[in-house]
Amino acid sequence: MNIPTISRITKSIKENDEVKTFYFNFPGSVSPGQFYMIWIPGVDEIPMSVSYIQDDIKGITFRKIGDATNALFQLKKGDTIGIRGPYGNGFTPKGKHLLFVGGGTGVAMLAPAVEQARKKHSNTTMIIGMKTKKELFFKQRLKKIGAKVLVSTDDGSLGFKGFASELARDLLKKEPFDAVYTCGPELMMKSLLNYCKKIPFQASLERYMKCSIGLCGQCCIGDGLRVCVDGPIFNGKTLQTIEDFGTFQRDASGKKIPL
Amino acid sequence: MDEDAGSMKRIFTCSAGAIVTKSIGLQPREGYPNPTVIELEHGILNAMGLPNPGIDHYSKELLKLKKLPIPIIGSIYGANIEEFTLLAKKMEQTGVAAVELNISCPHAKHLGQEIGCDPGLVQDITFSVKNRVKIPVFVKISPNITNIIEIAQAAKKGHADAIVAINTVKAMKIDLETQHPILANKIGGYSGKAIKPIGIRCVYEIAQSVDIPLIGVGGVTTGEDALEYILAGASAVQIGSAVYYRGVDVFTTICKEIECWMKQHHYNSLSELIGAAHA
Repeated sequence: MNIPTISRITKSIKENDEVKTFYFNFPGSVSPGQFYMIWIPGVDEIPMSVSYIQDDIKGITFRKIGDATNALFQLKKGDTIGIRGPYGNGFTPKGKHLLFVGGGTGVAMLAPAVEQARKKHSNTTMIIGMKTKKELFFKQRLKKIGAKVLVSTDDGSLGFKGFASELARDLLKKEPFDAVYTCGPELMMKSLLNYCKKIPFQASLERYMKCSIGLCGQCCIGDGLRVCVDGPIFNGKTLQTIEDFGTFQRDASGKKIPL
Repeated sequence: MDEDAGSMKRIFTCSAGAIVTKSIGLQPREGYPNPTVIELEHGILNAMGLPNPGIDHYSKELLKLKKLPIPIIGSIYGANIEEFTLLAKKMEQTGVAAVELNISCPHAKHLGQEIGCDPGLVQDITFSVKNRVKIPVFVKISPNITNIIEIAQAAKKGHADAIVAINTVKAMKIDLETQHPILANKIGGYSGKAIKPIGIRCVYEIAQSVDIPLIGVGGVTTGEDALEYILAGASAVQIGSAVYYRGVDVFTTICKEIECWMKQHHYNSLSELIGAAHA
């Protein structure tokens, strides 16, 4: 049933000034790229991708940016939240030489995908793109499992100066990758898609969601593709046909607004 | 679904015979915060709160669909006669085939059921809209009232072309751990299998007292559910929650199931079955 299960936060880690990871006991299988609906009673319920998967222990990683995430950020170990899911399709990584490109908090949901790829012994490169050095998180976690980690910052305070997509473009010219997986600001993912027209490409999209079970239509893009059920992961071929990609999102009323 | 042109195109490709839009108002409306939809044991509970981009923006979406080969039924909601009449006119201008008056939303203050339980108001709104537009006018009524027949008769007196029954059933779910109603709006509307017997009863009762076409809605998930509504007196059915239970292709599936049942029972035409349970 698609109803929240009240779950206790068993561990809370502050990744940086604005990003936290909560761990909780939530049995059941989940694939990297899938998401849960996280209910903060009396506040809101929001979609959040899984950022940690270890048997019954799952995790979410989030930045405080709105009412719901600010309320969530205040919670600590021992507090409870409602969880339903997982929802969506998840990544389907294939190949021996994989490139993951994360922008901002998009890095969080790519981490379990990178871990899964490493378990299958794929040669894995992860680009972490942040605005500035102090926003960096998950670098050690990914290095530890043997991923090659490259960092880009918009202000050049660490690593490559520029966007993650630009660093990826340079890298794609030098190294042959079998596939590219990305999550981050949509404009970044859209430019990245331009550099990946000849190789398999999957991107995780974010839209305002309400039901998360494919009924309400709030998150629809293109010709009725529901980000909650048909996504949130879409391949490059599909994305090239969706004019909303990198252009429009819809507000709570359903009105189209520029991204 | 049916909040934007793209999703309506997709529903069309899945064999739906017509599409009813989301209920549209004069101004954009965000609806309620989440949770807005949850699944219970035997149905779906929602309090979306009538989110919609407003008629002016929505008209642009509908205009993109001009070439769609199936009828679109524009659903509208309002707070009074003037709003309904103006909305109906604006909806007609987008080229829709009919307009549906939503006077039965169970969870939007002053916009639904409060109107839909007042026979005088239902008649006046229907009459005023009918005078303003040339396209057929349907009235969608609520099961959450004691005088459903009176309301159906009022719609007929207002010259409604058809009655749509039923909207969702007013309901609530409380979480034991937090001791909190789960929906942000606390109260919502229940849909899906659980409410089908209620819908069947309403359609049956309305059919006995009103002689205009009826559209059955509430829990239609299979071809047999649709046939049951038809036997109760419906000429057509609407499908919503079944999109969750059986996927977007549910329209194709249900059409096939109806055909199969008819073949097995030697019926050639659905019209032979409309209201057959009243004999």
